[in-house]
Order: sequence, then C-alpha cells, then structure tokens
Amino acid sequence: MDFSDFYETFFEEAEELLADMERHLLELDLESPDPEQLNAIFRAAHSIKGGAGTFGFDVLQQTTHLFENLLDHTRRGELALRRDIVDTFLETKDMLNDQLDAYRQGGEPDPEAFERICKVLQQIALDEMGQGLEGAGGAAPEATAPQAPAEAPAAEPRPEPPVESVPPAAPAPAEGANLVVALLKVGDKDRELLIEELGHLGEIKGQGGDAERYEVSLATESDRDEIEAVMCFIVEAEQVEVREASAPQPSASAEAEPPIAAPSETASAKTTPPAVVAPAKAADSAKPAAKPAAKPKAAAKGGETTSIRVPVNKVDQIINLVGELIITQSMLDQTVSELDNVSNGALVNGMSLLQRNARDLQESVMSIRMVPMDYVFSRFPRLVRDLAKKLDKDVELVTEGESTELDKSLTERIIDPLTHLVRNSLDHGIESPEAREAAGKPRTGRLTLSAQHQGGNILIEVIDDGAGLNRDKLLAKARENGLSVSDAMSDDEVWQLIFAPGFSTAQEVSDVSGRGVGMDVVKRNIQEMGGHVEILSRPGQGTTTRIVLPLTLAILDGMSIKVGGEVFILPLSAVLESLQPRQEDLYAMAGDDVVLKVRDEYLPVVAVHQALDVAGACTEPTQCIAVIVQGEGRRYALLVDDLLGQQQVVVKNLETNYRKVPGVSAATILGDGSVALILDIAGLHRLNQSKQQVGYEQRRHAPTHHLPQTEKEVEPS
Amino acid sequence: MSEMNAASAAAVDADSREFLVFSLGDEEYAIDILKVQEIRGYENVTRIANAPDFIKGVTNLRGVIVPIVDLRIKFHFDSVEYGGQTVVIVVNVGERVVGIVVDGVSDVMTLTPEQIKPAPEFGVTLSSDFLSGLGSLEDRMLVLVDIERLLTSDEMALVENVSE
Repeated sequence: MDFSDFYETFFEEAEELLADMERHLLELDLESPDPEQLNAIFRAAHSIKGGAGTFGFDVLQQTTHLFENLLDHTRRGELALRRDIVDTFLETKDMLNDQLDAYRQGGEPDPEAFERICKVLQQIALDEMGQGLEGAGGAAPEATAPQAPAEAPAAEPRPEPPVESVPPAAPAPAEGANLVVALLKVGDKDRELLIEELGHLGEIKGQGGDAERYEVSLATESDRDEIEAVMCFIVEAEQVEVREASAPQPSASAEAEPPIAAPSETASAKTTPPAVVAPAKAADSAKPAAKPAAKPKAAAKGGETTSIRVPVNKVDQIINLVGELIITQSMLDQTVSELDNVSNGALVNGMSLLQRNARDLQESVMSIRMVPMDYVFSRFPRLVRDLAKKLDKDVELVTEGESTELDKSLTERIIDPLTHLVRNSLDHGIESPEAREAAGKPRTGRLTLSAQHQGGNILIEVIDDGAGLNRDKLLAKARENGLSVSDAMSDDEVWQLIFAPGFSTAQEVSDVSGRGVGMDVVKRNIQEMGGHVEILSRPGQGTTTRIVLPLTLAILDGMSIKVGGEVFILPLSAVLESLQPRQEDLYAMAGDDVVLKVRDEYLPVVAVHQALDVAGACTEPTQCIAVIVQGEGRRYALLVDDLLGQQQVVVKNLETNYRKVPGVSAATILGDGSVALILDIAGLHRLNQSKQQVGYEQRRHAPTHHLPQTEKEVEPS
Repeated sequence: MSEMNAASAAAVDADSREFLVFSLGDEEYAIDILKVQEIRGYENVTRIANAPDFIKGVTNLRGVIVPIVDLRIKFHFDSVEYGGQTVVIVVNVGERVVGIVVDGVSDVMTLTPEQIKPAPEFGVTLSSDFLSGLGSLEDRMLVLVDIERLLTSDEMALVENVSE
C-alpha cells in the first residue's frame, strides 16, 4: 500500500501540531500550568505519534511515545514543571521537527540524536518521578538501529529496569478501555481508511493479520457501538468485529494482539498492566484526564469542516481571473460613461452595481491569500527566549497586531529579514540586565513586534528599549570601512549606514549576529518585496526598525505618467515628490550627465524619453516635470511630460509571453484596455547610462547621423 | 530540433494538412493552422523601447500581455503600412502566445504531401531553417513557414535566452 499521497498531509499537520505545541510550551505558567494547555501539548504529541505509527515512521513514533508519556505525567500533575524541563520539552519538539524533516526528505532521522533525546527524557522521568518510562526498553540505549526496532521486546518483556519499573499510568488507561477490532475480508484500501478512522477514535496499540482477519488493538474511550457505527460507513457491519481486550490480564492482552507492528508498544501493553501495579491510581487519574482530552478533540473535528486546504496556484488563478474581470468592467465603465445618462439609465445603474460587486469580489478574493501576521510572529517567542538565555539577558517579547493580515507569499518572505532584525535587537540593542540597571532602566528589556495597516501598506515594527544606535560609533566604523561620510549627515542617513554591505558595529562577532552580512541582505530582501526599511533610534531609549510593505504583490499602487504620447506607471511607493526643475538647479557634469539640485541634494537626472526612445516628448528639462523617485536605495530625478494620476493596477508579468525588458519591471492593463509598462527605476537609470555611453561612442566614431528605428517604421512608401 | 524534424517529416508523410494562408506584400505565406489561436485587428499596441524594430510592442489579449511581431519588417518588405486590412494572427508557439502582423489573411488551404515541395537552400532574410517547404497550388506558390521555430529562434529576440 502506497501512503505517499497522504504523507504530505501528515507532514503539514504534524508541523502545525508542533508549532502549536511550542506555542503552548512557551505560554505555560510554571507555577500553575493551565490544564487545558497541558492537554493540548499532550494531544499534539499524541496525534503525531498516531500518524507516525500509521506511516511507519518508527523513530518519530518512538520519540513521540516517550515524550507523550512524560507529558501525560505532567498533565496529571505527577511531574512538576520546571524551566529546565520545559527547555528539554522544547528541545524534544525541535528534535521532532528534525525527524519530520528527515522523513519528509525521504531519509531516516539521525539515530544519535534520537538516542540522546531518549536518554534525556528517560532521565527526567527517573529524576523527577523515580521511575523510568515504559516503552523505553525498545527505544532507549540499545536501540542503535531505530529504523529496525528489535523484535525482542515484542517477544518477551525484558527484565531491564526501565521496563520493569513501569509507571502506573501508561497512556492506555488514560484513554479508556482496550478494544480489539477485527476486520474480516477487508481490502487493503478500506483497511487503511478504517485504521485511520480508528486512529481518530483512540490510540492504535498494535495491528496485524492478513486479508482474512486483520486485528487492530485500540485504546479508546469510545464504546463498541460507536466504533461499529464509524466503521459501517466504509465496510459492511458483519466485516467488523469489536471485542474487549482483556486488559487486566497482561498475557491475555498480548495474545489478543496477533502479529504486532509496533513492538515496543506491545512490550508496554504487556508489561504495563496498570490495573495490577497500581489499580486505584490508574483508575482515578485516567478518568479525569480522559475527559478533557476528549472534548477539544471534538471541537477540532468541528473546526476541520470550516476550512479547506487549497493549492496556492488555484487561488492565484481565481485572483487572475478577477483581475481580468475588473479590467473588463472598467473598460465597460469607460464606454458607458460616454453614453447619455437619461436614455440609458438602466444600463448606467447596472454598471455601477457591477462595479461595486466586482470590487467586493476582488477584495474577498484577495483576502483568501491573506494570512494574519500571527503566522510570522508566533515563531519569535521561542527565538527570543533561547537567544535571551544564550546572551544572559532578560527580555520580554510583546507582540501587537497579530491579526493584521498580509499576503501569504509576503509573510513567508518576511520571516528571514524579521528574524535578523530581532536577533540584532537582542544582541546589540537590549543591554545586559546590569547595564540596564545602571542606566536606570528595568532589568528586563522589552522587545515589541508590531504590525498594522497603513493605507495599502503594512507597517511592521521591531522595537527595542535598548541602548539605541551610537552615531559616533557608526560614523567611525563607516570611515574605517572606507565609506564616504561626514559629520554633517542627518541621523537618518547615519542609521542607513548599517545597511551597507559588510557593516557591523558589534564589538566582537558572536554566533548571534555581528558578522556584517545581513542588514544589507535584509534591506535587499525587503526592497525585492517592494517595501522599504526605516530606522528610528534614540540613544538610551531604544531603536525601532520599521518595515513598510505593500499588502500584496499582485496589485500595485501606481502613478501614471505621460512621456510623449505614451503612458507609463511608476510604483507610487517609489515616488517622493515632483517639481518643475529650474535652470539654476540643473548642473551638467562630465559627459552628458546632468544632476538636479533638490534641497541641497544632487540627484542624477534620468530623462525617460531618452532612456526609452520616446519620440515627441519634452526634451527641455525646465519644461518637463521632474519626479523624484527612489530605487535601490538611491534617488533619481525622472524627467517626464506630465503626471496623469494615481491608480491601482494589476501587475502583469511581461515574461510570460515575452521577456525581460530593461528599465521595465512589469506591465499592466489600463482602463481603456491598452497596456502600460511599469517602470523599474534603477533599471531605467542603468539604461540611460548605457545609452549615453553608446551616444558618446557614436559621436566619436561615426559622425554620420544615426537613424532611430522608430522613424523607419513610420515612413510609408 | 526534433520539432523541426517532426514538422518536416509530418509534411512529407502525413496526409493532407491545413494551412492558414496570409499575405505579406504580394507574396503568399502559410502556417500550420493548428498553431493559430485567433485572428484580430491591429490596434492598441504599446511600444517596447529598445526592442528590435520588428517587435512592435505588446498588446492586451483578454488580460494576457502578448508581444506583437511584424513579419513584414522582419522579412524586409519595403511597404509596411497599417490599414484596415492589416491583421494580427495570434499563434501559440510552445508555451507562449505571440501575435504576428501580416498584410491580410486570405484563406485556409489543405495541402496534400505531394503539393509540398522541399524548400530550396537559400535565404538570407528568411533562412530555410524556418521553412517547412513550399506549397505549390496550380499557379500559386505558398511559402510554408515553420512559425514555431521562427518565433522561438534567437534572431526573433522574443525569448529570454537571447537577451543581451
């Protein structure tokens, strides 16, 4: 039976479960842990174990099994939580992640790491409760080849200490009764389905058999009728036989389970007759624990039906189609607006209705791609906790605006830059508790991650209340690195220095940050997403790094400009201002370069008509409009004929049917159905430079007049 | 390469094939009708700067940005006019959609293998690599263009790998 189709689902679910687990672990109040949370953590481990067992991921299953047992003790208050125990749990969770990744890549997890984590978990059980973990016999020290668990433990319970001193409460009693479900003459496919269903109902303790009779032993709190009812959805009632496994008699229980897939499990089932070892306690603790475990499970079931997993490309297709609809609608709108309102009243009304519906549709479709920032922020508590510990700092993480939504593709790309900024804040920003105390600040530093919408943008801030950036140090470092700086630079400009490649002011390189690679990468990444980074810093009060991103990449706020007879779009986020250049502010430089002085800043002038060969455009700079734009961290003055206005445009890829065009980032379709090119500012500047270079060469070598290609085409003959 | 072989092999072996016949100046050309997506008027083309002269620009084909190539310029015709008869044949080549400007579309012809003669080795402007043969039809001669090969060739500069 090939499971590979289901693998991906399992991996995704397991990942989500692990993320959940981590969140709960981090939120745990060590003094008085919330039983709901403990249960949630337990359930996560339990579900992963179930899935791992089904798919035959032995190492994962065994690890989760050990983990689950510890968690089980925890949630029943038999194991007091301490910070170091939670740390171990987190480490285990990481290990599970690693194992999951290994399986995902079709490999086997690192056996050494597995062994180590097993020992650690065992140790906790021994130290804290004076007993080993059941099921350890198969998994612990001697399991050097975890992918092929020894048959031995299944055959005979070993008299080894961890196995012998079985804890009174194995997962089985916690889950209720042991049942054996026999499947008679059930095909492979149906059997898998049934086993999966059984997995939902309880914990599969073992399975085996042949097509005639396949037995699954199940620890569940569902009763026989319930199980039969579920099974009957898939097979005939007479194909299913449910009976009680004789739990109180260990030997009987083992016999009742024919060839068993999970040996260590059997060992546990066999040697863990809880009723025998500590009957009263098991019974007592099992009941209350089982109840809360059952309730949220049902809730989760209800939750499943309210969401669907859809491949992103399907969503993108819908978004594209809606984009077309909007374009068609605005084309129609333009036609209708030329009609007489009175005689075409119904049509005009219909059009405005269509417009509203189309916009609503677009908005809701775009919102499908939107995910809350919580998706991003949720990975930071762990990071901050670990880093703070490593750096011996006390840091409190505050997140704000977790529900702010952002395009999924952007959330994925923002994680790395944000991680870097958080690391930086912790490493360089927030001081050590001693230094903070000396500065009259609370010992515990505060790192705030916030997200909010601002117009069509999302504002993500990383705020620390640390020492702030040191202007003098930055300037000194910049000089050392050979950057041209002056003491007259504004604070903003000085802060921007940290984005220069190879720039780091850390006293010494740590493994947290300080290698000087990074901030420039952060900036580049964010610029690639169409956003930009700002830094606000006050000495002694902290630093705020602000990332401004567009909400989505599919739609762009553009400014349409006119050059000659052609319309182009500039990304509005790049436009700073526009002005009419005065002759006295224009300075010619060597060659054909011209710079424009704007508020004491000399900006290279890029004549759009020149870069893009537009005929009939305004060529006299003082007659044109200069649009001051920012691209790749530099500012330029673009010479254009006219500004037409601002509009949202749907970004269309030029490369789908054509290819990359220098100076152009993409295209869009205007309301009249024509195509307009979206300009790439830095590319335009490069284009202009190469043009000037070519022009210069031509004037030098070929005095004959160069006939531009545009003229040739127009000439009729 | 295999595309070309397949095309010429098909031209020889298979039964009759259908071709869309179009005119460039006074000459008649034909392309495999299965490559044709639609025929539309020449309008609303947005120029692309710094592209070869035969690339007229891009247009909006129901939300898809499609490059428009003028074969008359590419084939060095003297007379390049844009009038009511000027049409754009939208063709599917590979994964791409490209529009080609021609002087007019006349009809759809079915050619039997006997009517397709091998293309002679000639051509400076139109390499015989891009021809799948010559169609002879009584007193008419159709130049059968392997449009896919032509449009994805380096010299058309429509595909990325030829970027300077």
